[in-house]
Amino acid sequence: MNPVAPRPIPSQVVKEDEPVLVAAAKSGDITAFETLVGRYERKIFRLAQNITQNREDAEDVMQEAFLKAYEHLGEFQGNSRFYTWLVRIAVNQALMKLRKRRPNQISLDEEVDTGEELMPREVQDWGPSPEDRYKQSEVADILATTISELDPSFRIVFQLRDIEELSTEETAEALGLSVAAVKSRLLRARLKLRQKLSRYFRRSENS
Amino acid sequence: MNCRGIVKELSNYLDEALDSSLKANIEKHLEHCEDCRVVVDTTKKTIQIYCNSEPAPLPDDTRMRLHEALVKRLRRVRA
Repeated sequence: MNPVAPRPIPSQVVKEDEPVLVAAAKSGDITAFETLVGRYERKIFRLAQNITQNREDAEDVMQEAFLKAYEHLGEFQGNSRFYTWLVRIAVNQALMKLRKRRPNQISLDEEVDTGEELMPREVQDWGPSPEDRYKQSEVADILATTISELDPSFRIVFQLRDIEELSTEETAEALGLSVAAVKSRLLRARLKLRQKLSRYFRRSENS
Repeated sequence: MNCRGIVKELSNYLDEALDSSLKANIEKHLEHCEDCRVVVDTTKKTIQIYCNSEPAPLPDDTRMRLHEALVKRLRRVRA
C-alpha cells in the first residue's frame, strides 16, 4: 500500500508529548499510561456509544479497548499515531459487540447499494452560525440523535473519517473494506447527515 | 459539469483530493448554481460541526469502573 498522506491533526487530539508518554508506558510506567487513558477516554467512549448505540456496551468496549491496548503496547511500532491504533482496537471491540447483539442486522462486509438517489431533495441554506441558535448541550443532543439515525455501515465510516479523522485508507483497513466502499459510504453518510441537520439548522425566516 | 457531477465529486472536493482541472470545473459550476453552492457549504458545515464537537465528560460511575478495571488488570500484568 502507498504511504498514507498525513492529515492535519487538531491540537486537542494529539499533543506533542504523546510519543514520550507511549515510550514511558511501554517501559512499564503505569502513570504514563493512565495519562493517555485520561486524554482519550471521552473520545473512545463516544466512539463506542456511536457504534454500539448502547451505553452499557460502550462502557465494556471502552474498558476492553484500554486493557487490550495496555497488554499489546509492546506490539505498537509507532508507524501510526497512538490514537489511531487505539481507535482501531476500540472499533474491533465495538463491532464484535454489535455483531453479538444483533447478528442479523449488521451487514458491514456487504456492499451497500441502496439504489437511492444521491441528489439532495431539499436544499435550504443554514444561518451563518447555526450552532449559535442552540445551547451547547442541545447541539450535542442534536448531533447524537442525528448520527444515531444513520444505517450502521454509514455511521461507522463517518465516525472514523470525519470525527476520529482517520484517513480513507486507515478507515478501510480498520473496517476490512475497500477504499471505494469507504468513499461511497462516506459520501452517502455526509449527504444524509446534511439533510437531517438541515431540519434544525436551516435559516429561519427572520435570521 | 452538471449538478449530478457536483454531488458525485462532493467528498473529493471537500477533502481537497481532486486535480486542479476538475476542481476548476466544479468551481465554475458553483459560480452560477446556487443550489449546489448551498449543498457544498452545508455539507462542509456538517463535517465541521461533528469534527469540532467535544465529547461529553465521562459519567463519574463509568470513569470509576474504568479505573478499577485498569488497576486490577495492570496489577496482574505487572505481577
